[in-house]
Amino acid sequence: MSWKKRNAGGRDEPVVEGGSRSEAVRVVMTRLRPVGPEIVVTLLLIVGFGVSSALSPFFLDADFLFRQALLYMEIGIIALGETFVMISGNLDLSIAGNLAMVACVSAFLHGQVGIPMEYCVAIGLVLGTAAGALNGFFVATLGLPSLTVTIATMALYRGIGQILLGDHSIQKFPSWFLGIDRKVIPGTPIPAPFLIFLLIAVVLGLVLHFTVFGRWVYSIGISSKASYYSGVPTRRVKMALFTLSGFLAGFAGLMLDSRLLVARYDHGTGWELQAITAVVLGGVSISGGRGTAFGTVVALLLIAVIQTGMGVANVKVESQLAVIGALLVASVLLSNVLGVGKKR
Amino acid sequence: MTANPFVRITGLSMAFEGVNVIRDASLSLYPGEVCALIGENGAGKSTLLKILGGIYEPLRGSIEVNGKATPILSPQNASALGIALIHQEPLAFPDLTVAENIFVGAEPRKWKSGWVDWKTMYQRTREVLGALDIKLEPTSRMHGLSVADRQMVDVAAALTQNARLLMMDEPTSSLTPNEVERLFTIIRRLRGQGASVVFVSHRLEEIFEIADRIVVMRDGEVVGERLPNQTNTDEIIRIMVGRSLDAMYEKPKVNPREENALEVRNLHSHGHFRDISFQLKAGEILGLAGLVGSGRSSLAKALFGILGIDSGIVRVGGRVVAIRSSHDAIGNGIAYIPEDRQHQGLLMPASVTQNISLSALSRLSRHGWTNSAVERTKALGFVEQLKIALHSVDQQVAELSGGNQQKVVLSKWLLNNPRIIILDEPTHGIDVGAKAEVHHLMAKLVSEGIAMLMISSELPEVIAMSDRVLVMREGSIVGRFDRAEVSQERIMAAATGQLR
Amino acid sequence: MTKSGVGKRSGKRHYGLLQVRELRAIALLVIVVVGTYLIQPRYLNPNSLRSILIWIPLVAIIGMGEMMVIIIRGIDVSVGSIVGLAGLTVGMLFRDVPGFPVFLAVILSILIGLALGSLNGAIISRAHVPAVIVTLGGLSAYRGITFLITRGSQIDGNYIPKSLIRWSQLGPFGIREVPWIVVIVLAIALLTWVIFHYTRLGRDIYALGSNPEAARLRGVAVQRVTFFAYAFTGALSGLVGLLYSSRFGFLNPGQTGVGMEMTVIAAVVIGGVSPFGGSGSVLGVLLGCLLLGAVNVALAVLGIAGAWQLAVYGAVILLAVASDAVFQVGLHRADRSE
Repeated sequence: MSWKKRNAGGRDEPVVEGGSRSEAVRVVMTRLRPVGPEIVVTLLLIVGFGVSSALSPFFLDADFLFRQALLYMEIGIIALGETFVMISGNLDLSIAGNLAMVACVSAFLHGQVGIPMEYCVAIGLVLGTAAGALNGFFVATLGLPSLTVTIATMALYRGIGQILLGDHSIQKFPSWFLGIDRKVIPGTPIPAPFLIFLLIAVVLGLVLHFTVFGRWVYSIGISSKASYYSGVPTRRVKMALFTLSGFLAGFAGLMLDSRLLVARYDHGTGWELQAITAVVLGGVSISGGRGTAFGTVVALLLIAVIQTGMGVANVKVESQLAVIGALLVASVLLSNVLGVGKKR
Repeated sequence: MTANPFVRITGLSMAFEGVNVIRDASLSLYPGEVCALIGENGAGKSTLLKILGGIYEPLRGSIEVNGKATPILSPQNASALGIALIHQEPLAFPDLTVAENIFVGAEPRKWKSGWVDWKTMYQRTREVLGALDIKLEPTSRMHGLSVADRQMVDVAAALTQNARLLMMDEPTSSLTPNEVERLFTIIRRLRGQGASVVFVSHRLEEIFEIADRIVVMRDGEVVGERLPNQTNTDEIIRIMVGRSLDAMYEKPKVNPREENALEVRNLHSHGHFRDISFQLKAGEILGLAGLVGSGRSSLAKALFGILGIDSGIVRVGGRVVAIRSSHDAIGNGIAYIPEDRQHQGLLMPASVTQNISLSALSRLSRHGWTNSAVERTKALGFVEQLKIALHSVDQQVAELSGGNQQKVVLSKWLLNNPRIIILDEPTHGIDVGAKAEVHHLMAKLVSEGIAMLMISSELPEVIAMSDRVLVMREGSIVGRFDRAEVSQERIMAAATGQLR
Repeated sequence: MTKSGVGKRSGKRHYGLLQVRELRAIALLVIVVVGTYLIQPRYLNPNSLRSILIWIPLVAIIGMGEMMVIIIRGIDVSVGSIVGLAGLTVGMLFRDVPGFPVFLAVILSILIGLALGSLNGAIISRAHVPAVIVTLGGLSAYRGITFLITRGSQIDGNYIPKSLIRWSQLGPFGIREVPWIVVIVLAIALLTWVIFHYTRLGRDIYALGSNPEAARLRGVAVQRVTFFAYAFTGALSGLVGLLYSSRFGFLNPGQTGVGMEMTVIAAVVIGGVSPFGGSGSVLGVLLGCLLLGAVNVALAVLGIAGAWQLAVYGAVILLAVASDAVFQVGLHRADRSE
């Protein structure tokens, strides 16, 4: 980044912020800039889907597709929370740890302590929300950097799960709680988690695009300072974002217990990677200020398609994750090169 | 003063975002001479120093070092040429010691690319500190040092780089009289050693004490050079402000209401300003003049709740209020238009509409749902009312010119129906035509009953627009003028402490 | 108020602030050791001490690199995966190439780590991709490659050269309490200290972390310094991959190095380095490792399951960040907020 300032000419003309790209590319990018990444990721999903279907007949089977999608719904839910956090210019790495903690604590309270599951579900949601609020306290109220705080809470929360359960798993759940993945919309193969994921996405998308709160999230991401100077309650909004992220993580944790029929401390290990990849791939800028819930949804489905395709091709999970890791770095690199997001 | 200048600038020109900051500046700097550079805010002094320091690259003009034309491409380049710049805010590495600070990037080494030679480093540090008679331990950490000491370390760093030209940008603004004397002793010593010193300051009495030559800049040009023993402060001030007042500025009718929109009594904020008292009536523009560092912006921020107030009373509309956040300020009908449009006033990548509605989103909403139609209507309304030039209200505000951007900022605040608007350099970086429009706007708003506190460094603007003028200097109010008695010279005299 | 330090003739300086941070680590160490001893006197015996000493080296070696990265205001969470990849690669050579010399394995593991670290460093320093993203991606990518090349299989103890395993059991002069592996740590710590203290590169690291803008203006080669920090960390992680087999006697793609980044970051941050960057000492990192080691063994001796480790690390980092933020109030860190 050059420390030299450049002159823009001697007259007071409209100044367009631009780099040294060719004129044509610049015009196109300016036109498409608002929804560029979303368009790209949607195209990629279509292409990815097409390629996979051509390569494997599995992809033409709706049942197969939904069953595979089920594996990613919890990731999708925490990714939606992360979307909010990242649009505001922050980062929450504790989402998977929080998920695991709630999954473990709820199971523990029911399986070992004997509290009725209804209460455990409620407690779990409250716990996840409180964990998010704790993040929010450190970041919004104390002003600490979100990266370092959430790296710490990532370990702390999962660690709490580990303390409770150790290496064991808890499988004692009432039947009404289990098998959320097997519940479908009557008459369709669409499983409940998928619907829940889409519903949450729709609600959050509406909030982002149509409410005052959503607008505040974007403005803080563009410039926290200018937002504060304009009367936006930046501290409260940031606190709300981390709390929301925590709530969704808790919810996802409960959903995971229901789907896997078991609670373990290592639930969702590494899911923060996939979630953040989905968020970034879906068009949220690393520095904040732009992004959509729609993009995250499409990107998550894209990740699901990619990983499912690799699974069908007998690629091991770890290799799949390696690809996702590379994908994360590549997508940020690409968005830097193309100048998406606010200028630094 | 020898015949050959160490550095000579000819026809230098520099602009930022289309606005000329320096135009056709020429200056020679000689070894063994202390040259004082003086001028109002925005005259181009700092920019000139930064060009010589390799931080900016000029549009036009030539720089000669020792007679040879030399472009100065980077701070390291400047350093190699023997040119050192001491910034107003000393660049310090808080976690390192004095010796380490001095030698960052240039630690002495045992052989060409070998081990860092601490012994030599401490030795040379002690030498240079001793030569400057600075009583600091090489092993002291920077973090505990005062501003004056950190400045000394900067000077020491420059000397270890064998600087032949030492440029100091307002070095005395945060120093006590004792520390100033200490600095002057060092400067005299340097001069004795044949170095060339450029000293930017607003304090005329200091300049007359230390300078061998006084260079005055105005509106980006060098407009006068005098020897101190051949001139006086009055003449210098006259050269600084000497320009005719253009008729283009609108003079608003004086129609203040009786009630005080804002009343401030004994306001105090440690380290920023003290004992500030004034009244602002609805329907009037109160101009706040003063030089950089006088505390005007701090006062504005304090009134807007962004800076803390330690003691004092603020009354809005007659009622005592406590303003502890921007939220409180807005709730009391106060709007703040910051100096830094791009980083504090606007969200650059966002659209014009989004910027205009930012402060009023809650009010424009229906139960928390944003109302794009209403936002758009309001935005279009302001576009027409303020004559904002743009393609569409949906375009990025970054694409607008400076003047139109400022109108967007104004629109944002007008949407909240403020009673008091604080403007910090409202026409900074805006071209002449747009300036007039903004002034026209301000006059209209004021005539409708709004009260305005206008901070400005452009004296013609202060004189043309203000019904009354307050001048601040080093945190206090040092001058109060009515419209009838105000003049550029009087303001500058007060601002530089010359008012008797 | 000037805080002058006490400098030894060699110029090693103690900063007021660092003294506090190191003191904190020592204080906590004392509390942990004394507290645990009071509850369970078995704690202080040669075996425990040896356990602590053995536990530290792997973490401390990587810590030397991680401290550089954190000082320049970055982070590296891929270290655990680099450990795995380098260790397993070399392990496979031990298994498939009879008589594969240990010294060659040392060189190779370092080179592999260096390559991976350089990849991290190149992307971070040149492509403006944030360190957390690059190393997060690397964490998965390198682990995935590890699984791929090993096909998921473990390298059992019988393939690990005996001489290598002895590095963790015996030390110079046959002393059991200070095995070679500890000597290696001290050597690397010394090397790191020398880099920081006697090379311009090392000084630049501190300058860059303390005030990036000023460093740039003073001519610090920002890209080169950044690249070096990550490359160095990678190389050290690679070495630890090899040493892992020495310490534990086996290598497993699903375990070797997994989660190590947390331990390393916690040790670095609690002992020496400000999470905000700009300051840190080798001694402090060693103290931090010692502290965490003591905590670990204390947990074992007190009968508390190792399951508490993760939460402890998280709490430790949080404590370090929060308390360091308090210390930062005096320093001019206006650019950090917002």
